[in-house]
Amino acid sequence: MTAALPMPASATAEYRKRNAKRLKLVLLGLVALAVALALDVSIGPGNLPLADVLRTLVDPQSAAPRLSVIVWDLRLPIALMALAVGAMLGLSGAGMQTILANPLADPFTLGVSAAATVGASVAIVFGWSVLPGAGPFIVTANAFVFALGASLVLFFMTKLRGVSAETMILVGIALLFTCNAITALLQYRSNEVQLTQIVFWTLGSLARATWGKVGVAAVLIALALPFFLMRGWALTALRLGDERAESMGVRVDRLRLEILIATSLLAAVSVSFVGGIGFIGLVGPHIARLLVGEDQRFFLPVATIASAVLLSLASSLSKVITPGVIYPIGIITALIGVPFFISLVMSIRSRAV
Amino acid sequence: MALSIRDLDFRYGASPVLQGLGTGELPRGELAALVGPNGSGKSTLFRCAAGLLRPHAGSVSLDGADLAELSPRERARKVFYLSQDTEARVALSVFDIILLARKSLHRGFALAASPEDTRAVEAVIEELGLTPFASRDIATLSGGQRQLAAIGQALVRAPDVLLLDEPTSALDVRRQLDVMATIREATRRRGIVTVAAIHDLSLAARFADRVLVMNEGRIAQAGAPENVLAHRAVSETYAVGVHLERSARGTLLVEPYIHGQ
Repeated sequence: MTAALPMPASATAEYRKRNAKRLKLVLLGLVALAVALALDVSIGPGNLPLADVLRTLVDPQSAAPRLSVIVWDLRLPIALMALAVGAMLGLSGAGMQTILANPLADPFTLGVSAAATVGASVAIVFGWSVLPGAGPFIVTANAFVFALGASLVLFFMTKLRGVSAETMILVGIALLFTCNAITALLQYRSNEVQLTQIVFWTLGSLARATWGKVGVAAVLIALALPFFLMRGWALTALRLGDERAESMGVRVDRLRLEILIATSLLAAVSVSFVGGIGFIGLVGPHIARLLVGEDQRFFLPVATIASAVLLSLASSLSKVITPGVIYPIGIITALIGVPFFISLVMSIRSRAV
Repeated sequence: MALSIRDLDFRYGASPVLQGLGTGELPRGELAALVGPNGSGKSTLFRCAAGLLRPHAGSVSLDGADLAELSPRERARKVFYLSQDTEARVALSVFDIILLARKSLHRGFALAASPEDTRAVEAVIEELGLTPFASRDIATLSGGQRQLAAIGQALVRAPDVLLLDEPTSALDVRRQLDVMATIREATRRRGIVTVAAIHDLSLAARFADRVLVMNEGRIAQAGAPENVLAHRAVSETYAVGVHLERSARGTLLVEPYIHGQ
């Protein structure tokens, strides 16, 4: 028997070991993604056996037409949309939190989602389109333009004032209240049909998923994730403070603008596709931070994956609470997210003291 | 071969911070201590010299070449400024942040670090005695350990000019001596121009080759420690009396005192 004396490991060896562990977590996350997707597809009205659903997924040709329609046309777009929107919101939230040095930042808390709702409401109540030729996509197009506008307002307002991360959050909160007030005003002026539509929009629901939207979201994620990762080292440097990052040659202003535009694009697309879904962009990155730390090379992908898994699980949950009823997913994430948000605020306060 | 700062003007809004500040030639291989009261503009001087602030007038040149003409990345390769704030509470390890300082020297988007980079990081970690903490998150370290890790970031970049804003303020007595000796040794061996803001006049006298006394946005006096610290410029700057003495070991000791006490 050889007694295992602890080898005095070199710092590099320990670093490598830690990296291997973090990489393993990324892979585990991908497995969790697949499991969550399978779960989400297999749950729903109709009580289809899991085996049948999986067989239909793997081999659509041999499946019964009814089964094929349910799985491929009804359930899969929604389940994939849950993953895609979760991923977009997670990456967006993670990016915002990094550039604002604030774990409470995400599209929802900064008012970007609320601005999108104003855009949608304007389209619903007045039929105005910001983008000419939006045609049947007028609601989506307006939501998108307003969300992007909110992010830019946020950026330039804070730029004017010369400006800390805290200021940016305060401006975001002001934006959120303003947008909510405008939406309320529009609701007040709307008729019953319009009111129902606005409320539906405000709630956030995956029922609006289509294969087309899933495709657009997938392409966007495939472009955005490398865009973020290419800036991984610079973003990690930013976590040590603006001055330290600048001393290392990072162009802090430019980096911040690039990431802000990318995060608002992600947020705007997800809000314009499925409405306001809150807190995913907070919870996912928080889990990622606990699992792999803040080396952005690992943090960003894990935040993306964790958020996708979370929204997918929330989607499953929305179907099992009352059998036969699918609750709007925005309600589920808000109910789970608010207590989490409060605990996050408390933990930050206790750490600051 | 030297760093030269000439006629630097800088103001925040209407209030002037630096007013025609010049340091003279600061030769390579020498450690200069920058002393001066709080608010005399030391950090602003560092930020201007590192290119983080653009001075309204004057120039900063290294070996005769104006640093303002370099791109941010090129300038950052030559000049590294370690700000006072080492309090970032971030989930990154000591190894992570020192590697980060090294990695950001290079162009390009490669995600993995080269063996050369990790070797350089390992060497600095050993040099600073940080090996037991290398894998710990900086958020869990003591203030002194964090300061050491920050100094590791400076050394791993092997800059030509090192600007240190109070590098020893959070360190205990032993570590102050260790760190100052490490900085002086690196400065000499690598031919770096190092300027360190230091409040402790004895520490400055002991380790610096040259002392710069800063007051109200200007350099009031500069030169060898024993000459400068005895000069009335120091008394005037701080409004104290200064008593200098050689210890039995030959170390210059500086005792500031308040008149009438």
